[in-house]
Amino acid sequence: MIKKFIQNGEHWIWLNAAAVAISLAMVLGILGLITAKGLVYFWPKDTYQLTVTSSSSAQEGQTKIQYLGEEVDSAPSRDANGVLVEEKEQHLFKIGNRESYGMDFIWIDEAFITQRILPTNAVTIERREWGNFYGFIDSVHESTQVLATASEKSLLNLLDEKLQLTLEIMDTIDELEKDDFGRINYQIEKLRLEQKRLELDKEDSPEALFKIETQRNVLNQEFTEVQQRLQKLREESEIYSLNVRLVDGKAEQIPLSQIVRWYQPNNLNTLQKSALMFSKLWEFLSDDPREANTEGGIFPAIFGTVMMVLIMAVIVSPFGVIAAVYLHEYAHQSWLTKIVRIAVHNLAGVPSIVYGVFGLGFFVYFLGGNIDELFFPESSPAPVFGTPGLLWASLTLALLTLPVVIVSAEEGLSRVPKSIREGSLALGATKAETLWKTVLPMASPSMMTGLILAIARAAGEVAPLMLVGVVKLAPTLPLDLNSPFLHLDRKFMHLGFHIYDVGFQSPNVEAARPLVYATSLLLIVVILLLNLTAIRVRNRLRERYKALEH
Amino acid sequence: MNSATNVEAMLEKNAPDLQKNIAISVDNLNLYYGDKQALRDISLEIPEKQVTAFIGPSGCGKSTLLRCMNRMNDLVDGVKIEGGLNINGQNIYSATTDVTHLRRKVGMVFQKPNPFPKTIYENVAYGLRLQGIKKRRVIDDVVEWALKGAAIWDEVKDRLHDSALGLSGGQQQRIVIARAIAVQPEVLLLDEPASALDPISTLKIEELIHELKRDYTIVIVTHNMQQAARVSDNTAFLYMGDLIEVGNTNQIFTNPEKKKTEDYITGRYG
Repeated sequence: MIKKFIQNGEHWIWLNAAAVAISLAMVLGILGLITAKGLVYFWPKDTYQLTVTSSSSAQEGQTKIQYLGEEVDSAPSRDANGVLVEEKEQHLFKIGNRESYGMDFIWIDEAFITQRILPTNAVTIERREWGNFYGFIDSVHESTQVLATASEKSLLNLLDEKLQLTLEIMDTIDELEKDDFGRINYQIEKLRLEQKRLELDKEDSPEALFKIETQRNVLNQEFTEVQQRLQKLREESEIYSLNVRLVDGKAEQIPLSQIVRWYQPNNLNTLQKSALMFSKLWEFLSDDPREANTEGGIFPAIFGTVMMVLIMAVIVSPFGVIAAVYLHEYAHQSWLTKIVRIAVHNLAGVPSIVYGVFGLGFFVYFLGGNIDELFFPESSPAPVFGTPGLLWASLTLALLTLPVVIVSAEEGLSRVPKSIREGSLALGATKAETLWKTVLPMASPSMMTGLILAIARAAGEVAPLMLVGVVKLAPTLPLDLNSPFLHLDRKFMHLGFHIYDVGFQSPNVEAARPLVYATSLLLIVVILLLNLTAIRVRNRLRERYKALEH
Repeated sequence: MNSATNVEAMLEKNAPDLQKNIAISVDNLNLYYGDKQALRDISLEIPEKQVTAFIGPSGCGKSTLLRCMNRMNDLVDGVKIEGGLNINGQNIYSATTDVTHLRRKVGMVFQKPNPFPKTIYENVAYGLRLQGIKKRRVIDDVVEWALKGAAIWDEVKDRLHDSALGLSGGQQQRIVIARAIAVQPEVLLLDEPASALDPISTLKIEELIHELKRDYTIVIVTHNMQQAARVSDNTAFLYMGDLIEVGNTNQIFTNPEKKKTEDYITGRYG
């Protein structure tokens, strides 16, 4: 029986199937873990009110402490000697209120918990600063006047209504600060640079200076106006406030302008929780980060990643294709081209951090420094291109992925049948015409394959980026409405680096942990989307230029 | 065998051809691939507006000789050509020859149908676009004329803008012929044009060749001796890089002068 099994070669089939199954299981495992852990972050959890004794034995006169928070994690506990005891459990609770407790996470031994209830009126408030608040609402105020107290039914509706109002004002403030202030500051800076350039070029005639001065005055006036508007809006936003109570009875006041979102998790049904989850998810995707990246969204990081990959693709495709065309079509095939080809293949194996070092040394310091000296003498000593930025990061990654594109493009060229080339040449086409009109279009699916591989590699690369342009928090996006719109000199945020930063550089480890998973999930999704787009393009090309079938 | 006597022999045998103008004349042509000599001292003349077939066993050099006529051999690395090849009195191997112009005058159809992965229309218009012709109406007219000339207009007139790759092999080969005649060449070189096709398609191509010889000088390489007998007016037999015999097709097939020719035609080798 076994002999027959081996004779048929079936054991090989089983071996292969097992290898495939294991790979598949690993991929699914990774995706499953990241998805589960990442999505849990957005799910509103129940809030427990805990009564915790100071020791496990029921003694007389022991103190009891109240906590209110959501359970995040649990693990086996240690006994007095520090030995792990499997049966004993301890739980990690997120109790928020950092300004009162000093920390917003706490491990509590199961044995110390004497009571665990789900108070229906417990409220979770997400704030712009100091993290979450967990407690109870007492009353809503307009300036010093009480609008509603906890005993009134209208309290929650009123809170919703006033919060909506405040959020709108906050949005306007945000817009003013970002767009108007950003634009005015940018233009004033441009004027300053222009003045300095005129001085450097010895063209600072009184007329020219006067012109700049008038422009500056206009801008300054605009600035003051915006500032006044902001002042007014800020005052408006601070009219409403909320009186709240911590679980231990301590009263606090939270201005509504500090609140992002509030909910009573113990009162929500599954549908409401899902709706809340999607609203949180949307915030995560579309908002700027807060609180050292541990709260809020990661939109700038998504934007930075996609932007960088696109610029990289724009740079690497023509370079790679031209190099491949020369190597395959024009270069005389000799030992030299062989060596070049081997070198190109080997470049793909160089550790990426080495490219980062090269990018920093060559692109940033040498190229960027020289560009600054030649074209931006006025901004010295502040560098423009002589510092890490989007352009250099994209160029470094383009260099990193160039071998992949060259190899695939060459493969594509070699797969164009000789008969097609001859057919074109026989009609009186020159070699260049044949290349442009027939060979390159036919090789384009392979080139797209190269680009897909390049995108996959570039989007996941972090190490070199840390040297050539990625930062923890970029104040502005590299694309905005100030001419020249695309600011290649700016630093940017990146999902991969964000994971590293949040996971390892964050002051608040527990708060950051779910974000690591959520961001990883997002990075995978972004890469997947970029790849799918490229694959779609390739398939369309392939359909159009499918090779001759004989 | 001396080339001069060869030509004389041909002239004697093909007396009626004397009235015909000579389109292509090959003078003492030698061709080397590196050190290997592939064509040895070939001399022959190809009359205008007739079909001349090259026959011979595989590797005898018949395709190589054909490819000399539009300088396709230039693309091969390490090829060396000596001797002369005149088309309409012009030596195409002179330094002043414009190769792209030559290839426009000497169209070529290959063994495997090789339409470009474009629409039928664009395939036929390819050569015109290369010449910089942009006028839509002119191109439309020429495409129709060429497709009619290649006897495929009726089959494709309703799907000119579909991919040429969707056609059958025989149709593709006629598209390729249409593509070649669209640039109005003087000579058509056919390199085993029907060898990859089924019998019915082959028949159609042969009928087409018959039609085409009214307007073009045709040189055809073929493996198939019946085909050579059916379509050609003159036949040249090549063997191991030598031109063994050339003459009127009837005479070559019924009364060959050389023993080798007779052996080949009667199927003793090849």
